[in-house]
Amino acid sequence: MRRFSTKLMLAAGVSLSAASFAGPAAAQEDLLKMQANSADWVMPTGTYDNHRYSALKQITADNVGKLQAAWTFSTGVLRGHEGAPLVIGDVMYVHAPFPNTVYALDLNHDGRILWKYEPKQDPNVIPVMCCDTVNRGVAYGDGKIILHQSDTTVVALDAKNGAVAWSAKDGDPGKGETGTSAPMIVKDKVYIGVSGGEFGVRSWLSAYSLKDGTLLWRAYSMGPDKEIMVDPEKTTQLGKPVGPDSSLKTWQGDQWKIGGGATWGWYSYDPQLNLIYYGSGNPSTWNPRQRPGDNKWSMTIWARDADTGMAKWVYQMTPHDEWDYDGINEMILADQQIGGQMRQTLVHFDRNGFGYTLDRATGELLVAAKYDPAVNWASKVDMDKSSPTYGRPMVVSQYSTDRNGEDVNTANVCPAALGTKDEQPAAYSPDTGLFYVPTNHVCMDYEPFRVSYTAGQPYVGATLSMYPPKGETNMGNFIAWDAKQGKIVWSDPEQFSVWSGALATAGGVVFYGTLEGYLKAVDAKTGKELYRFKTPSGIIGNVMTYQHGGKQYVAILSGVGGWAGIGLAAGLTDPHAGLGAVGGYAALNNYTALGGQLTVFALPN
Amino acid sequence: MVKMPPTVTKAIFLLLLVNVAAARADGAGDPAAITSEGGKYLDKDGNPTFKIGPDGKVDYYSYAGFVRYSANCLACHGPDGLGSTYAPSLVDAMKRLSYGDFLATVAGGKRDVSTAQTLVMPGLAENKNVMCYIDAIYVYLRGRADDAIPRGRPSLHDDKPPAYAIAENECMG
Ligand code: HEC
Repeated sequence: MRRFSTKLMLAAGVSLSAASFAGPAAAQEDLLKMQANSADWVMPTGTYDNHRYSALKQITADNVGKLQAAWTFSTGVLRGHEGAPLVIGDVMYVHAPFPNTVYALDLNHDGRILWKYEPKQDPNVIPVMCCDTVNRGVAYGDGKIILHQSDTTVVALDAKNGAVAWSAKDGDPGKGETGTSAPMIVKDKVYIGVSGGEFGVRSWLSAYSLKDGTLLWRAYSMGPDKEIMVDPEKTTQLGKPVGPDSSLKTWQGDQWKIGGGATWGWYSYDPQLNLIYYGSGNPSTWNPRQRPGDNKWSMTIWARDADTGMAKWVYQMTPHDEWDYDGINEMILADQQIGGQMRQTLVHFDRNGFGYTLDRATGELLVAAKYDPAVNWASKVDMDKSSPTYGRPMVVSQYSTDRNGEDVNTANVCPAALGTKDEQPAAYSPDTGLFYVPTNHVCMDYEPFRVSYTAGQPYVGATLSMYPPKGETNMGNFIAWDAKQGKIVWSDPEQFSVWSGALATAGGVVFYGTLEGYLKAVDAKTGKELYRFKTPSGIIGNVMTYQHGGKQYVAILSGVGGWAGIGLAAGLTDPHAGLGAVGGYAALNNYTALGGQLTVFALPN
Repeated sequence: MVKMPPTVTKAIFLLLLVNVAAARADGAGDPAAITSEGGKYLDKDGNPTFKIGPDGKVDYYSYAGFVRYSANCLACHGPDGLGSTYAPSLVDAMKRLSYGDFLATVAGGKRDVSTAQTLVMPGLAENKNVMCYIDAIYVYLRGRADDAIPRGRPSLHDDKPPAYAIAENECMG
């Protein structure tokens, strides 16, 4: 409360914690300290390690059945609502898809609006956003709320009144560069990724000064060593230096210039190692024949120095992608006992259907196993350190769309392009040692063909149709995963893909949302359903929890949309059912409709 | 196309609607194929149309249209033209749109942005991956609107006509 006059506080009707408004130099300490306070939810990922775990335990497996909606809030926007609100002290910050409205809500008064910010953006950005105008949330640091708009403008708002402190333009939507990802703040820097893998955008991660919005560095996913911020001698992959021109050598001619590798997933940070982690997405185009080579460093797990941006290690999961297995999913940092040894691990559930466990200090690959038994495009990841294909997936030739070639339909590939999991983040509970993973259970036909590149126009190059695995009707599962062994512990089938981020709690309850609109609570040990409530629209947001006035709340954004809303709205058909079969599987249209709303839950008094 | 006073057009349209069971009709009128030009079928007005064999085998344009629709339009309009949470059903729209309306919308775009909704159809005139295949996409969607082409990938289709391959190469460059 140092910097406020009492008058201002009264006017705003809120009191913000002292820690929130300490000087800029203290931003990191603040966030490190603040993230440990489970009453707040200070960053989009909950904590830097991306556990999405809360120590709050008023809501337990025994009483969660009594949960009730405490209050609700409409965002006034209809499109797909991804991400989750932040809570800092007495204020909740809620974001929305395009036009990217931000609200500060007063938790002392059932969400009364303290301030609202709505940027003016050229609507021409809307159709350049592949798969809906989603936004995955705002970040907090040094008394500012950082918003990453659809048009790639990064704007810093004064957390107490919404006034613009600074603004920077990260990309050019005219070239297909758009903003959907949530920023992450570490110390004095704001990290911003870019979307546009379906528009041939050579993607990057930017670091801006939290203080004034100056661009400090930018690290590309592909290109010359300097531009990808890789040191040929010091940056390693699986323990070996990557060598000079590690990216350029794996592309034909200038194709890296439109190479994709988007960076719109979630970021994590290890304060001890001072490394940030994120994944790069699919290479452009989806037609693998048009871009021979490994297409480095698309489909890669990156570990970069949080200050300098230099890459410490990389690991490319799907070299020369042939299925759009976009590698952007989150990196969860957990210390686990593996082979009798405590390891600092990084756990990543990739779109390609493999759950990876790596040593996050060195990038050593420890476990790679299928987290959906349906996965068939590769038999396994080669774990033999002496093999020339060490660390590479063993592609099953029947499912190689490159081998089968252009204008040939490769059928029954599992998973589909949306992956065994998409951006919807998993949670980790240190209590059970398990990862809780929202998954898709969908396969596809994939037919690549030649495309031509025009800046700002979609650059896709493949046709695909999707359907559940043969003989099955559920399009999703919510699973518990043991990342030490690479094994599914339990699996709850869901009618639709689970497109909502999970939350694990010390109360032994795990929460997630469904596309029909249910908020569900399950037992962390067994997966048994303990509670469900149907919210007004399908859920593609992430569940979060906070404590206010001594009481634990659980909050979720509803608002169907995103890729899930596009692909599943009309229902999938079963290609095996023969000619003329219609509506083989449930249509999401029959369950829910558009509408952005926040629902906040609590136990009755 | 023959230019008619609006009232006449409307009357014919209503008449056709009543007649759907007997003769199919969409926004461009009766889709029956009358002539063909290098594998492309044309209706009585000279607009591109589909041709389905008794075994369900589709003409090459309908098939290519499925492929190109799925690559360029599905990401917004959903699988099989059925619409999504993001963009309207084209199966419905084509019941109303003429060939000219269709071309104009795809090339020039369409926009309905208000506080209630944010609908933006991009203008695709400069996109070769769309414009080189626009007749194929039209034919496919016309077939979907007339319920002549079922959901999913057509299981049987005619071979690629030589004229199609030449035109494709010329257009794509
Ligand atoms: C980026 C998303 C997007 C893509 C890609 C897209 N559309 Fe659209 N389209 C829309 C939206 C949104 C509308 C509704 C616009 C409105 O109502 O103002 C629309 C409207 C239309 C309409 C007019 C419908 C009517 O009722 O008048 C047609 C025709 C159409 N689109 C065809 C296509 C075709 C063909 C393709 C592929 C070549 C395509 N669109 C690709 C988003 C898209």
